[in-house]
Amino acid sequence: MSVTLLLFASYADAFGTPSLSVELPEQATVADLLTAISGRSGAHVLPKAPLVAVNQRYAHPSTRIASGDEVALIPPVAGG
Amino acid sequence: MTAVGRLTNEPIDASSLAVEAGSPSFGAILVFLGVVRDINDGRSVTAIDYSAYEAMAAILLGDIAREGAERHGPANVVIVHRLGELGLQEASVGIAVANAHRDDAYQLSRWCIDELKRRVPIWKREHYTDGTREWVDPTGAAVEASR
Repeated sequence: MSVTLLLFASYADAFGTPSLSVELPEQATVADLLTAISGRSGAHVLPKAPLVAVNQRYAHPSTRIASGDEVALIPPVAGG
Repeated sequence: MTAVGRLTNEPIDASSLAVEAGSPSFGAILVFLGVVRDINDGRSVTAIDYSAYEAMAAILLGDIAREGAERHGPANVVIVHRLGELGLQEASVGIAVANAHRDDAYQLSRWCIDELKRRVPIWKREHYTDGTREWVDPTGAAVEASR
């Protein structure tokens, strides 16, 4: 399945785009997604365990991703 | 009970937040404003631009308002975070809480801003007097410098 990964702030700058298209097997997890993008240009800025949101909620490495889910990579937050 | 959180592109007005949070049964209204200051980590700041994963940030601001009102209630809570480019002394965040008494209001206000900083997907890029701009990473070193 093809998943669109949303990028923001410093991550969008590092990858040079506000979203990436990532090809994943069915039943893939957040951890699989992170492995899949580890070789992309810009991935060097990511911490060991970057925050990921699935459908606008923080997800765990074991969270499964389904086709059509809204998936986002969340840089360290700095609100306030 | 009012427990709301939202994003805005407009200036934050403390008085209207206080009115929005107020209620005849609550004797304490506390308004917290976070504003842009001129020095951060020893660097001279001229402006900050704020951006967000807007859909998720709005959900979490509402979550925090509701959770705060449950923990330190009965209470009304209004949380507003501004996006876009802000100059010095402009408010980036406003939190109005209303409780029956002041002790709960102080605790609730503090809890809300701490949670906001911990979990809401909002980012800021500081502009410095030397013309450079950097994303602020509260977890450590600056992630990236540009221009």
